This record gives sequence, structure tokens and C-alpha cells, in this order.
Amino acid sequence: MKSLSVDLTDIKLTVGIEIHQQLASKSKLFCDCKPKDSGKNSISFFRKMRPTQSEMGTYDPAVVFEFGKMRTIKYYSSDTSSCLVEADEEPPHEVDEFSLETALIISLALNSIICDELHTMRKIVIDGSNTSGFQRTILIATDGYLDVNERRVGVQSICLEEDAAKLISDNGMVREYGLDRLGVALIEIALKPVTCTPEEIVTIALSLGRLLRASKRVARGLGSIRQDVNVSIEGGSVVEVKGIQRLEDLVKVIRYEMIRQHGLLRIAQMIKSRKTDPYYFGESIEDITGIMAKSTSNVVSKVLEGMNAIFKAIKVEGFKGMIGYEPYPGIRLGKQISEMVRFYGLSGVFHSDELPGYGINDEEVQAIIKKLRMNSEEDAFVVVGGPKDKVDFAVDSIIHRFKMAMAGVPPETRAATLDGKTVYSRPKPGASRMYPETDIPSIPVNRIQLAKLTGQVPKPMDQIISSLVDRYGLNRKLAEQIFDSEYFNLFEEIVTSMKKIRPTFIASKLTEDLLNLERRGLDRSTISDNIIVDIFCRIDQGVLAKESVTLIFEKLMKREAKSVEEAISVLGITTASDLELDNAIDFILKENLPTIYEKGFGSIGTLMGKCMAKLRGKADGKKINSILKAKLELLLESHIAKTDSDI
Amino acid sequence: MSSATKDELPGYKEKSQKLLREHDIVVGDTVSVKTDEKEFNGLLMPRYESSDNNHIVIKLENGYNVGIRTSKIRAIKRAEKHASHNEGYEQSDDRININSLKQYNNTRNSDFKIALLGTGGTIASKIDYRTGGVSAALSASDIYNSVPELKNYALIEPEAFLNEASENLKPSDWTAIAHRINDKVSSKQYKGIIVSHGTDTMHYTSAALSFALQNLPIPVILVGAQRSSDRPSSDAALNLLGAVVFALKASISGVFVCMHADPSDDAIACHLGTRVRKNHTSRRDAFESIDFPPIMIVRGEILEMNIQASRLSLKKRDENENIVFKPDFDKRVLLLKYYPAFDPALIDYAVAMGYRAIVLEGTGLGHVGRESLPAIRRAVESGILVFMTSQCIWGRTRMTVYETGRDLLDIGVIPLSDMLPETATVKAMWALANSDNTKTAVKLMKQNLANEVSMSIPLQR
Ligand SMILES: [Zn+2]
Repeated sequence: MKSLSVDLTDIKLTVGIEIHQQLASKSKLFCDCKPKDSGKNSISFFRKMRPTQSEMGTYDPAVVFEFGKMRTIKYYSSDTSSCLVEADEEPPHEVDEFSLETALIISLALNSIICDELHTMRKIVIDGSNTSGFQRTILIATDGYLDVNERRVGVQSICLEEDAAKLISDNGMVREYGLDRLGVALIEIALKPVTCTPEEIVTIALSLGRLLRASKRVARGLGSIRQDVNVSIEGGSVVEVKGIQRLEDLVKVIRYEMIRQHGLLRIAQMIKSRKTDPYYFGESIEDITGIMAKSTSNVVSKVLEGMNAIFKAIKVEGFKGMIGYEPYPGIRLGKQISEMVRFYGLSGVFHSDELPGYGINDEEVQAIIKKLRMNSEEDAFVVVGGPKDKVDFAVDSIIHRFKMAMAGVPPETRAATLDGKTVYSRPKPGASRMYPETDIPSIPVNRIQLAKLTGQVPKPMDQIISSLVDRYGLNRKLAEQIFDSEYFNLFEEIVTSMKKIRPTFIASKLTEDLLNLERRGLDRSTISDNIIVDIFCRIDQGVLAKESVTLIFEKLMKREAKSVEEAISVLGITTASDLELDNAIDFILKENLPTIYEKGFGSIGTLMGKCMAKLRGKADGKKINSILKAKLELLLESHIAKTDSDI
Repeated sequence: MSSATKDELPGYKEKSQKLLREHDIVVGDTVSVKTDEKEFNGLLMPRYESSDNNHIVIKLENGYNVGIRTSKIRAIKRAEKHASHNEGYEQSDDRININSLKQYNNTRNSDFKIALLGTGGTIASKIDYRTGGVSAALSASDIYNSVPELKNYALIEPEAFLNEASENLKPSDWTAIAHRINDKVSSKQYKGIIVSHGTDTMHYTSAALSFALQNLPIPVILVGAQRSSDRPSSDAALNLLGAVVFALKASISGVFVCMHADPSDDAIACHLGTRVRKNHTSRRDAFESIDFPPIMIVRGEILEMNIQASRLSLKKRDENENIVFKPDFDKRVLLLKYYPAFDPALIDYAVAMGYRAIVLEGTGLGHVGRESLPAIRRAVESGILVFMTSQCIWGRTRMTVYETGRDLLDIGVIPLSDMLPETATVKAMWALANSDNTKTAVKLMKQNLANEVSMSIPLQR
């Protein structure tokens, strides 16, 4: 086994990043529904999408395929967060003013040239994620920049657009979407491609994310920001990777793509050294259903059980050994092809480099070789099985994929996986198919309006952090942490309304403590904003000890309690009264008299430990400490006085 | 050519139009525009009629349209004249031709012919993604391209007869449409006639055709789209498919409206032309049968006749029979809705205007306020026909229940049972044009000619 780590330092990487950030608007972009996840779906309906006919007679291949499938799409609508607009049963309302202002403010912050008049466009999306069959999008500004450390990164374009419906399931026949998210305002920022390391891209993305958050007009939390990246390495072509939700994954995904693309380039080099003419690819395609029907392979017989199932074999001139060749672990043409074929809803795909195998024996392999009239010393073949119409689509694209293999990296759209890799998701779409949204009039951008918004442009990150340090007495690291966290707005709310608690304490509980608990595998989603406010309110009123915060978080995250009240009672941390406190400390002092007399004031450490063990969560540690100290001093004084008198 | 004509700069006025004319630029030209801030390259787009005259619109290479303020423009020049080939939308070989849709390329079913008469309201649209322009797709091949499954059913013969938004249609258009349908029906070539129609007044036209084309040997079906045909989610294609299946398979004849039964792309409801009403501004299922369920539901290729249909006398399809053709309408009929501040002088005014009949949309069971009674009496005495329908939409008038109703009956107001106000108005126009005197007209109004009255209203809606 080769090691997974590949030296990437010599590979010249270019990355264009595109971020999609949900805005914290009170209503959706083109209707008055609240952008919240209601979770409950009460109504459902079915639709089928058809591409509108274009003048050209050709469509995007992905559109053609989606249409070929004529898949039924089922939408779920909730009682409260979607209306006729999301169901495409009513024309869009006017553009949400807050969202539009936000887009303009961010455009100003990114030093961009704002369009004089805004036009809403329809961008064709036929996978069902938009009930209308298109996504509404408005170009707001172009040609801006963002300074990150010493580097000036160009901003290509800033668009305001509607978010898509959320995919619930897809069984190949019916695709299900929920309408809650459809129409939520998104700002799309496309940065100009930069040549850099994966780590530098993360820094750039982080700076951009902070700038957006500094506007206090964007949604926070998982799923509210999504990154797409266009990754290319020298000698290859641009591959679009969609749907990276966490910045931590960005480095992994880019590294994986670098290795994958470099691997594909190496395969291309190897093929070029052979005399292979892609012109002949697809020259020999044979229906081999008869041969495969005799096979004892489970995979094969499962495919053949389906409706109108066939198997086809394609000869690939001069590719022997190349489909299974792995320049880097896990990177081989065979895998790329089986991923691609899955797009067409097929799983039965084999190639000659891995056969005999999978229950397909040598006799069958020889029969295929014979039928394809191929030179088994030089050529390879691919077998694909499934319903006839799908196989026909897949055969065309497999041949096309082999032609692309000669060049190295095919331009395509891939999806980021949870483990930081990428998988094929669809052919690269052609130029966006856009036409005007005639239901919405154009919007002139007034210079006076822009001047008014200038005051709301977020300050640079440095200034924001410094002001947090000054205002709240936080250290720089904590200020950055709380600013980046999804609790920042909540933090400011708590700090301003609960004056008795130190901001540093609140910030560290909301960042480090919660993060630590999460690292232990606990589920933070149980801690709602309301719960957090409840906890700090109790502390502010003096009915809960500061030490209890983490304990309560833990109980809730372990789902051992459902409310703060319940957590407190489970933990048994009712606040001790002053009298109880006195008694408890007196009791501990009495029990430890020998140590006290022996060590004098030096015994305070041990005593404090014992007090805390008994009183943790029932009283504030500082309070315990000061009472203990006073009582100890008193005790020691009287003891000294006593000893003196004895002499 | 130095001065562009008005049509070459649609929507541009005054300042912006002057600028473009000076530079000999027309819509569709590739232009380069320099402002203080940047240079824009793209195609000049038309402007909406209602837009201001301070901007020009460019479609950029990335597909977006942007407006540029004319006062900011420092230089503008045309790169090349509008060419009709597909630049900017390259056709490379990694595009799959539409012919890959092999499953739809089976031979066209030409055993059955259906005439498709276009009157406005588009069933299929073409989009030019280069310019973003949307146009109606009217040719047979356009329609097959938009709804490929049609090939499996019948040979469609489209004809663009009118091109009018339905709110602009007048009774004279009903007459013209009726004549064209009569020609087609009489040719005995078709299994059915489909009329594509804007939805706003589709139910008026369907009522008009129901009276103008009686004893139809084959069904006539009106079909429209609530959600524009230029969107992938349009209801147009399925409405058309439903109409085609109905035209081919239905055992009954008459005039019908085929539209979505609910928000799903599933069931198409077939309504009687006289019982249907547009009851929503935008929903797919805006069209509803009133006081009676839709006569039939089409689901895929299956027709489900509603059990209630047995209550009606429906005409059987019989291709050997001959049409009874009465295409004329007298438009001197006023549809008047009563409301609490109603001014009875309006009725006197209608008499003075020369109206021959008034259809009142009364309250409840068929009432108007006491104050209006003298004006109605004057109208009736002057020889005008006054009919009563109900603004409740659902349900029958019954004017013997309350005193006002009885008074109105005494005056000579004629109740029209549960006839829809719109259908009653259309029928009155038709009855007046097809009778020598008011007595005959009243007789026609009281006859149930095309199920415009539901003799018994089922509990099921
Ligand atoms: Zn809504």
C-alpha cells in the first residue's frame, strides 16, 4: 500500500471560491413567509418539470438527462413557513427590502461596483429544487476586492438570490423536497480565482465570512453558509465542487481534488505514450445481454431482474491496464466511471482490468472480447447494465469520458462528501440558461440610498475585535472566538441585559466550554438560545452558582434533562442559603481542626477543596472562599490567643 | 442605415432612445459601454414599456441583465450587427442533442387528428437564451418539441387563429372562433378540437361556444395555462395532454374546459363549458365547476366520469351528426352586481344607454335593496329584460322565500335558477341575437340548453 500522503508542494493550484450565505432577513426574498425551519409538513403535492424549448434545439446534457428521467417530484409544504409563492401557485412579491439593503451594504464593504439598475433573472434549474424550474437571481455588483493579510483578492460578482428547496429523499423514481428553505434570501459572492495553497484559501474564506458576520445581517449556524470551489491544477481543467458546509472540510476537499486531478493527469500521460486514437472509441459497442444472462454473478442477475434490463459492452482502444491503474491510492479511471454511471441511476458497471471477478468468469470475459472483436493484449472494455434507456445514456457518456481521459481532467461538477472527498455529481453545466423574470420590475439603485447605507458598512475585522476587547474586557483570542461563534448576537444581548456577570465568563462558557463538551461527542443542538438565556438569568439573579453552567450544559446535552429547571433538580444544585453555607463551612472546619492547627493558614487550599466538593453548584466559589478565609482567620486568631494564654 | 426605427428599440424613450439612435445601435446588437467605473460588454436588451428612460439594459456574458444609467456613459459602440446565429451559446460536442431522448422518438401516431386552434395564451414557449427573449411556440414541431408525448397519441394540427390576451376578447371574437370551429368540425377530419385560450375570460368563451355550437358531433375543449409556459413548471403541457386524451377518448361531446384539478401535475379536471368559473387569480386549479363536480377527471390515459354525471343530459359523441350552428351575440347586455351602496340610477342609465337586458348579480337567494325596486320596474316597463342571478356563486336563486324576492318577481324580474352570472350574461347576448322578439329570448333563457342550469345540485362539491 502506498501512503495516502502525496507531496503537493510542486502542484500549482488555482482556486476560485464562491460562497452562499443566508441572510438574517425577517421574510423570504420574494414572499412574506418567515425563513424558519418549521419541521412539520402538512401538505404535499406532485410536479413534473419540463425544460422550456430553446431556440437552439440543444440542451444542457444534464437537463436532457433529467428530462429523460421525467422524475416525479414531491413537495412538502408546512403550515407556517411557505405559501402559494413557494408552491409556484402565485407570482413573486416585491424583493424583500432588508435583503436588498444587505446585499448593497456587503457590496460596499467589498469595494464593488454596484449596478445602476437591478434586473431579476430566472436561472434554469430543472432538478426540482425550485418549484418554478428556475432560481431567481439578481446581479448586484461586480469588480470588487477584499484585502486578506497582504493579499488583495478580487471579487468577481455579488448576487442576491433565493435558496433552493431542501432535498428530503430520492429513490430514483420520486424525489422529495421540503419547501421551508425555498426562497430564503442568499447572497452569493464569487471571488476571482487565486493561485495559492489550500490553507491560504481557508484564510480568505474565513475573512470573507467574518466580514459578512460583522454586518450582523446574516444568518449564523450550520447550513447558513455554503462554499463552492472551482479547483484546477496546472495542465488540467476547472472542476466545480459544491456544497462544502464547514471551513474545516475545505482544506481536505481541495487536497483531495489536487491528488485526484494530478492522478488523472498522470494517467493521461501514460495513455499518451501509447498509440491510442480516441476517434475509434465507441466504434464497437455490443449488446451482451445474452452472454451476461449465463453468468452466475449476483450483481449481474440482480440487474437482469429489472424491467427492460440489458447489458452493453464498449471497446476502449489501447486502454488495457489503464482503467484499473492507480497513480495514487483510490484514484483510478474505473472508479471515476462507476461514480459517473451512478448519476444515471445505474450500479452494474465492470471493466476488463477487474475481470474475471464479481462472479463473472473467464469464459464470459472471453466471449465479450470475441464479440467486441478486440485485441485483448492492448484494448480494454467496459460493461454497463440496467434499464435500456438509462444504459443508452450511460454508454454515450462513458465514451465521452474516455475521450476526456486522454486530456486528463474533465470539467465536471462534483459534490463534497462528509469525509472531505469529492464524488461526481453531474456533467459541467453549459453557460447558465438565464432569461428575465418578467414578474418583477427592474429596481433602480438610488445614489442617495447608497449614501445612507454607507454608515452601515461593517468595519474591518481588526477594528471589530479591538472594540470587543475594549468594550467587554475580553482577551483577543476570546473576542475572536465569540465573534466567530454562532452565539455572538446572543452574547451581546446577555452582556447588555445582565450586568452582574462578567462578559469574559459568558464568552468562555459559550465558546470553549460548549466546544469541549461537543468534542466529547455530545449534541449541542439541545442547547437553544432560550436555554442559554435562562441559565445566565438565574446567575444574574443570584439563584444559581456560576460553577453550575457547565454541569447544566452537560446534563442537557446528554439528554438527561429537558429544561434548565429539570437539570438543576437532577443535579441537586439548589442554591444554599447563607445560613446553610455557614453551617457547612463550620462543619468542615471542625472536622479538620488538627490539620488547621498544624498548617495554620497554609491549610486553606485543602479546606477550599473540601468545601467545593460539598458545595459545588450550590454557591459561588468566590463567596465560599471569602467566607472560609474569614472564618479561618478568626479560628486561627482565637487558637493563637488560647495557646498564648496556656504558656 | 443611420436612424433606428421605433420597433428596433422597444421600450426605449427620450434620453436613452436618443443616445442609442445617435450611435446607430438597436436591440440585439453586441455593444461595448464605457462608464467612469468600468466597461460593459454584452447584448442590448429591450426595456419594459413601464421602465424609466434613464437606463439602457445589457445582457452580460454571464447571462445577467444589468441596467446602466445613461448619464454615466462615457462611450458606447456597437461591436457587430445582430446576427441570428447562436453565438454566445456554443454547441460543442460535449452537448447531447435532444435526439438522445430516444424513448420519445417512436413513430408519430397519425391515425387520429386533432385540430389545435390558438387564440392567445401560449401553450408552449420558446426561449432564446442568447437574448432572454420569450416567444410563443406555435408550429406543430414546436408543440411536439415542448410536449413530446403528444406524438404517442395523435397528429396535432395547430393553427394560430388569434393572438390576443383573453381580457381583450369581445363577443365578435367568440363569433369568429365559432365559425372557425364550425369549419373544422364540418370537415369531419378530426377526433376533437382544442382551443388554446388565455385564462382570464376562458369561461366566458366556453359558455359562448356552448350556445353557439350545439349538437356537436365531437368535443370542443378549451385549454390554458395558469403558470406561464415559459417556465419548466408550467401547467400548460399537462393541461394540453389532458385535453388531447379527453378529445380522443371521451364518449361525450359538447364544449369543455380542461385544467388542473389540484396543485399537482396529476389530475386534469374537465368542466362543462357553462358551469365553469375562474375562481383564483393564479393557482393551477383556479377553474372550478360550480354546483356540480367536474364532469370527468383525466389521469394519464384514464378517464374517470364523475358519478354525478348521470344526473345530467349529456350529448353522446356521434361523428355522423351535424352541428347546430348559431354563432351570433348581441352585446347589449349589462352584468350588474348589487352591493349595499348600490345607486338605482345606474339602472335608469342602462336603459338610457340602450341596453336590451340586465343580468343582476343579487344578494343571497336573489335580492336587491328595496330602493332599487322602482328603477327595476321602470326598466321592465320599458321593455328591458331583467334577469336575476346570485353573487353567492354557489347555489340557486329562490325568490319566493322572502318578501323582496316576491316583489321582484311581481315586477317581472326573471330568476335564472343556479345559472352562473357570467354564463347568464353570455347566454342573454346569444338569446337576444337568436330570437325575433323578447318573448322568444325569454323562452330560450328559461330552457336548459347546455347544462347551464343544474336541475339537482349534488351535496358533493
Ligand atoms: Zn411564502
